[in-house]
Amino acid sequence: MKLTLRVWRQKNPDAPGAMATYELDGVSQDMSFLEMLDVLNEELIVKGDEPVAFDHDCREGICGACSLVINGDAHGPERTTTCQLHMRSFQDGDTIDIEPWRASAFPVIKDLVVDRSAFDRVIQAGGYITAPTGAAPEAHATPVPKADADFAFEHAECIGCGACVAACPNGAAMLFTSAKVNHLNVLPQGSPERETRVLDMVAQMDAEGFGGCTLTGECATACPKGIPLFSITAMNKEWLRATRKVKR
Amino acid sequence: MALNFWQSTLGKKIVMGATGLIMIGYLCAHLLGNMKIFFGPGEFNAYGHWLRVMGAPVLHHEWGLWIARIVLLAAVVLHAVSAYQLSRRDIKARPQKYVHTKPRMSYATRTMRWGGVILGLFIVWHVLDLTTGTTHSGGFQEGHPYQNVVDTFSTWYGNVIYIVAMLAMGMHVRHGFWSAAQTLGAGNHTRDRALKAIANALAIVLTAGFISIPVGVMTGVVS
Repeated sequence: MKLTLRVWRQKNPDAPGAMATYELDGVSQDMSFLEMLDVLNEELIVKGDEPVAFDHDCREGICGACSLVINGDAHGPERTTTCQLHMRSFQDGDTIDIEPWRASAFPVIKDLVVDRSAFDRVIQAGGYITAPTGAAPEAHATPVPKADADFAFEHAECIGCGACVAACPNGAAMLFTSAKVNHLNVLPQGSPERETRVLDMVAQMDAEGFGGCTLTGECATACPKGIPLFSITAMNKEWLRATRKVKR
Repeated sequence: MALNFWQSTLGKKIVMGATGLIMIGYLCAHLLGNMKIFFGPGEFNAYGHWLRVMGAPVLHHEWGLWIARIVLLAAVVLHAVSAYQLSRRDIKARPQKYVHTKPRMSYATRTMRWGGVILGLFIVWHVLDLTTGTTHSGGFQEGHPYQNVVDTFSTWYGNVIYIVAMLAMGMHVRHGFWSAAQTLGAGNHTRDRALKAIANALAIVLTAGFISIPVGVMTGVVS
């Protein structure tokens, strides 16, 4: 496959940045998208150019490190992470636009790498449970209804990649925050902080400068883990409940 | 507490959703009342008069009407202020646009902001036209709403403004009702089809119902 790549290049957070065009030949359709970028970078290094910086880690679709908005889609045209996207999803001769996540809460560090530590601070605000450490407790000591376990698991699938923020026209982190809130709020282990969790995580989400939800559904469409849009509805319900229960 | 609520993006959005539902409720009542225009000037003008004595003898003359006006004005203002503040925030949250963009949202979703502005301007014109009579075409007659309505829809611009605004209202209600349900925490997988059906039904019935009035005047059914 022969491809034309238009890639966002930006030296550092303060530099202006622009799209740069590269021709890449000899791409196999069995390559993953990131392997294709590896090939591009090898060519750039041989030519003495600066390689394109991009985030990646497990390359198994489970860590949430890879990003990239490909032809306007977060994680590209398939519903998966960029590392699990293969070049067979593209045609020979295609022009592919590759951009970083765009949000004021996710500043570009270099090229396609953005700073997603805003998500870490949202987690720190309440995405944990208070539990005594030590040996693992007996698994059946705390019964969890099947429906609740399924609900928690559906939301626990969130890998915190930030595709929801990248896809949202408002740069909102509602789907991420709601996945984390719902995952713990439905479980007995998470119930001691049920109210403070949702209030604190939403407050932190706002403080990070993410936008608000306009229910466009772009986030749930882009999510590689299929977190449903109703996750946001469930968090709204939890937040309303918490504002009634907690007086501060 | 109230301040914390309003400062949160979720709180503002909940205010927007709740006030939107109040306005949808009002639109339904307004449409039902307006349908009396098809039963002649006597019935329509009597309905207009009843609005002034609504709630009597408990309420003084026009008190019921003014209570409704104050509630509606508060709803419009809260709805618009929360929408404005949230929109400002949303635009700031994506300072750099994508080079490669494609429109994916439905038309109703994409036009919520400008559609809302159009509706705000329409409400101002509508009140000046048929409540105060300030911008009314021809002689505005207090107490003769039937004739005033016929006069408004006898002008081409009256029809154009009204019909465009009603189409905008229908789209706004279509996305707005469903969104309000999600914002207030009432949506889920099993209820979604019903909520979307109600949103579509509200949008179609309200739009078609209101547009039937200028169409009635234009076709001579109402004259």
